[in-house]
Amino acid sequence: MSLAVRALPAAAAAARDRRGALRLARRFARNRLALAGVVVFAVVLLAALLAPWIAPYSPTKTDFTSYLQPPGSGRHLLGTDELGRDVFSRIIFGSRASLEAGVIAVGLGMIVGVPLGLVAGFYGGRLEDVLMRFTDAMLCFPPLVLSLAVAAVLGPGLGKAMIAIAVVLMPVFMRLMRAQVLAERGREYVDAARVLGAADRRIIWRHLLPNSVAPIVVQGSLNVAGAIITEATLSFLGLGTQPPTPSWGSMLNAAQQYLTQAPWLSIWPGIAIAVTVFAVNVAGDGIREIWDPRTR
Amino acid sequence: MARFLARRLLQMLPVLFFVTLIIFALINLIPGDAARLFLGEEATPDAIAALRHEMGLDQPLYVQYVRWVGRMARGDFGYSFKDHRSVLQTLLEKLPVTAELTAGALVIAWAVAIPAGVLAAWRQRTAVDYGASAAALGGLSIPNFWLGIMLIYLFAVHLRWLPASGFVPVTENLGRNLRALLMPAFNLGIVLAAVVMRQLRSSMLEVLSADFVRTAKAKGLAQIVVLVRHALRNAVIPVITVMGIQLGTLLGGAIITETIFAVPGLGQLAVNSIYGRDYPMLEGVVIASAVAILLVNLLVDVVYSLIDPRIKLAGSRS
Repeated sequence: MSLAVRALPAAAAAARDRRGALRLARRFARNRLALAGVVVFAVVLLAALLAPWIAPYSPTKTDFTSYLQPPGSGRHLLGTDELGRDVFSRIIFGSRASLEAGVIAVGLGMIVGVPLGLVAGFYGGRLEDVLMRFTDAMLCFPPLVLSLAVAAVLGPGLGKAMIAIAVVLMPVFMRLMRAQVLAERGREYVDAARVLGAADRRIIWRHLLPNSVAPIVVQGSLNVAGAIITEATLSFLGLGTQPPTPSWGSMLNAAQQYLTQAPWLSIWPGIAIAVTVFAVNVAGDGIREIWDPRTR
Repeated sequence: MARFLARRLLQMLPVLFFVTLIIFALINLIPGDAARLFLGEEATPDAIAALRHEMGLDQPLYVQYVRWVGRMARGDFGYSFKDHRSVLQTLLEKLPVTAELTAGALVIAWAVAIPAGVLAAWRQRTAVDYGASAAALGGLSIPNFWLGIMLIYLFAVHLRWLPASGFVPVTENLGRNLRALLMPAFNLGIVLAAVVMRQLRSSMLEVLSADFVRTAKAKGLAQIVVLVRHALRNAVIPVITVMGIQLGTLLGGAIITETIFAVPGLGQLAVNSIYGRDYPMLEGVVIASAVAILLVNLLVDVVYSLIDPRIKLAGSRS
């Protein structure tokens, strides 16, 4: 096949993709709530990346001359905690643990779950039965109970908490990917590829996977919200991020003792989690709407 | 019906096999020796070796697995590392508390979600709809443990209306029992309410545009009759499935809620056994919750078929 013949459809496809992407972006922008979600998430992301430059104080520097200062008093915007650390700075640095956990845990769950689901859906048979009964079993455990049990076995720490969250997400991606492959496998273009002599590997990588990206991304974006909450919960129970590294969950854990004297310590990290998760949720909902043909 | 049940129970067997395998793998991943953990730090090596032999820890893994499953089948879930009491007995003691809390949460969730979901769908794209949908998304975004802390701050610390903790068993005093459980049940129910409301809204929207609803309206039936008798009855079916799936979330939420409000149920037991490294107890809670979910999913299938006569039991395969 000559190069020109090959390049022409490719260029046309690229142009079509670009137009398609632009249309999707425009659809997304019309959903104002979803757009607001993306903007808020971008702000949190920037705060996490630029934390050392934005935060007015070190998140771990203690100051026993000004502990438990209420918000707005003196030089501390959101007050100080029981060790005199600046709450605003700790919230900014705390965003790192939440975002890392959200993105990495979901990524891990995807990396393990998607290929297994692909294989199960594509090859079927005994392998599929075994893999699917395994996911059924995984889904029998309450998500938080399983995360807690895995975290308890692995021991405390942010990295281990991420693994604990990924373990719970893995079967979700497996099931979704399998369902997607089952739906796509019978389509004409797969038959056509096979007739043309494409190998299984090529069909999986070039045809099935790209056509299944949309639902996986939607599921993933919504799971990021859940993963952020789970990380905060594990840290709140003392199994996630360890002190003195600030994370929103562990800040809330420490703040519990001072609920009567210093309620702001319990308020700000919670608002930070809720706002971030809400932003991810509405953005995820927006992504789902532009991709879901039923809502068009 | 009997055949359907038998078939469903048979289908549960391979799943149950993997459930036990996963838990067994988790137990064996725990760092440290079970015999040492059971006897404590001061135990002599001889005593540990003797107990290891007695517990069968010197056997190959598959033998240990078969024996472990056999013991569980006979109702022997082992003994706590902490107080050396039977795990099963402790589980059974704590179960009613969590069951009451969960039931309360379900009642609150339905009471909030059904009117909200129906109204939001009926008045689609109005302030009511946007308000209810945003509130539901908010309910999903607020971490449960933080909501609990805020409830305690508002109602127990600030207003002093309700106790922050101090659980009273039903058998002792019903009034104080309900007062103590009101906040925890609300805390646990609100997340579920958000999920149910969203599901109900979307299935109501689908049903409301169906022909039989238009017919009912054309017949001149009252709005409320059309909404409840025709639309809601059909829209509630997918919601029941969601409820079954959400039981896991509910049990997970019970861990958080019970920890924050000091409710002595299975959730608090789970957290305390993690802190105390009481692995047999943790194992017991994990197994109990998995079994509960399996059974509830079976129950959902049965209820499903009772509500919707279109679903044939024999042919259904989940």
